[in-house]
Amino acid sequence: MVADTNIQVLRETQGRPTGLWRDAMRRMARNRAAVASAIFLALLILVAVFAPWIAPYDPTAPDFAHIREAPSAAHLLGTDEVGRDILSRIIYGARISLYVGIVVQTATTALGVMLGLAAGYFGGLPDIIIMRMVDIMYAFPNFLFAVFMVSLLKPDTTSVILTLTLAGWPFPARLMRGQVLSVKQQDYVLAARAIGTNDLQIMLRHVLPNALSPIIIQYTLGIAGVIMAEAGLSFLGIGIRPPTPTWGGMITKGREYFRSSPHLAIYPSIVLGLTMLAFNFLGDGLRDALDPRMKR
Amino acid sequence: MTNGSPLLEVRHLKKYFPIRGGFLNRRVGDLKAVDDVSFSVPRGKTLGLVGESGSGKTTAGKCVIRLIEPTAGEIYFDGVDLMTLSDREMRRRRLDMQMIYQSPAASLNGRMTIGQIIAEPLWIHERLRGRQAKERVMELLHVVGLKDEHYYRYPHEFSGGQQQRVGIARALAVNPRLLVLDEPTSALDVSVQAQVLNLLQRLQDEFELTFLFISHDLGVVRHMCDDVALMYMGVIVEVADFETIFEEPKHPYTQALISAIPEIDPAASREEIVLQGELSARQPVQGCPFAPRCPANKLDICETIRPELVEIQEGHQVACHLYPAP
Repeated sequence: MVADTNIQVLRETQGRPTGLWRDAMRRMARNRAAVASAIFLALLILVAVFAPWIAPYDPTAPDFAHIREAPSAAHLLGTDEVGRDILSRIIYGARISLYVGIVVQTATTALGVMLGLAAGYFGGLPDIIIMRMVDIMYAFPNFLFAVFMVSLLKPDTTSVILTLTLAGWPFPARLMRGQVLSVKQQDYVLAARAIGTNDLQIMLRHVLPNALSPIIIQYTLGIAGVIMAEAGLSFLGIGIRPPTPTWGGMITKGREYFRSSPHLAIYPSIVLGLTMLAFNFLGDGLRDALDPRMKR
Repeated sequence: MTNGSPLLEVRHLKKYFPIRGGFLNRRVGDLKAVDDVSFSVPRGKTLGLVGESGSGKTTAGKCVIRLIEPTAGEIYFDGVDLMTLSDREMRRRRLDMQMIYQSPAASLNGRMTIGQIIAEPLWIHERLRGRQAKERVMELLHVVGLKDEHYYRYPHEFSGGQQQRVGIARALAVNPRLLVLDEPTSALDVSVQAQVLNLLQRLQDEFELTFLFISHDLGVVRHMCDDVALMYMGVIVEVADFETIFEEPKHPYTQALISAIPEIDPAASREEIVLQGELSARQPVQGCPFAPRCPANKLDICETIRPELVEIQEGHQVACHLYPAP
């Protein structure tokens, strides 16, 4: 009872609730770059959701009277090679690009982390099987893999997500395995075994939190790559078909006109770059917040 | 000895690590980290397992509680051979034996608070959580000399000595009977060492603990141990109670170690025996492992036949050809 009241006092004086995630959120709230990034991304998602109300023009309607026009009052960011409003296309493009970027990156990371964790922690046969699969995926050219998937799937968003996820998991898996191999040698993992913690608890409570830092960075860095890869898939015919706008598609197509009308590629590139930057700041903030050693 | 049989008895413990190399990563040899080691620890007593770095003492300690799987041997804990237990049985059994680690910082998960670290075993074994768990954790914090306000702190906010106390509290949470102390003070400042050692001695009396105390520091061993076993390259070279070891060391290796302890009284200086060379990872295939560095007058047999551990007096065993079995 005495101890209990002491805890109450402690909590009131020090204001320290326990829990890695709760503590992390409080630390994160103090990181300005991370908070700003979170707000930016939240706005971006709102824009994507409410695209039909925000976009000034139909993003797919061509207007052959106004081809590749420079930014003006009528078209704030100009028009593309068939006269579509670039601002509207960026706004609509956020829907698919963000969706694909986040879903694919979440799926590949989740899959990679689970497989890497199992391979690194258990070693032996699971390790051999999983890592040989990784080797096969690495040896297989991504282009060839995409062509192979094209022959199996019909072109839509789900196919894109499936293809990119299947191609993407080996990287986080290998990263995770390396982390696990070093973390599981630590005395605190041994200590956890000594007090009778089972494998699953050790993996989730001791190994995973201590192995996660590079994974978080990998996650946020990878989102932009996924958004561009989606454009590559469109080119092969399995991705999202034109005229549906995506950022990757706009950048890829806009590059053809870069000498005469650079704004076709530049504006979606800027938006993609800012988005990537925001994800990176958010990831950095999250990594620091999850490490109690990082003060402030 | 309070109760006839020893709490821990280890017989012919071996741990070989494969050395791989060459084509297809084949096993080309063994690193014999622990090579046929036997010892016993009476209830409530402390056995010091002493040796220099690489002598296999830590490996032996971890093998005893099967945190590392031994290659061969028998480990009797309270009469039960641990080597015959399944993993599941071992997990339950291991609660009776806990370990304190050499590096206190590395033995605590930096992402958990002190409260969470000490509460983990309570949840796993007694399904204690919430208020009950907190009360127990607070109790344990007090037992090891920490305070309530340390509950919500993270390990990196503590000094090495305090971290070691947290490790001790975690070990005590499961009410163990045997503690394997793997150089518990070698990472600490001298002033803090004494505090932690005194704490351990107090806990030993209070909770009737039996200690397997692994160390390379003979000063600390003298302070802590009832019996001492000296290891050299994976084998035990001499076992005796601590007085005998310090007053009448027999094995040339023991003699060299004892002579190297600094004396407080400058007048009482004795001649220091300086050993040549250092431990190499691989033992001589035959003969006494200590023969290449032995300062004593070697016999021919030293290079060819490995000496057995023989009892030269009641409770005093030596593995050296200079002391043949009586």
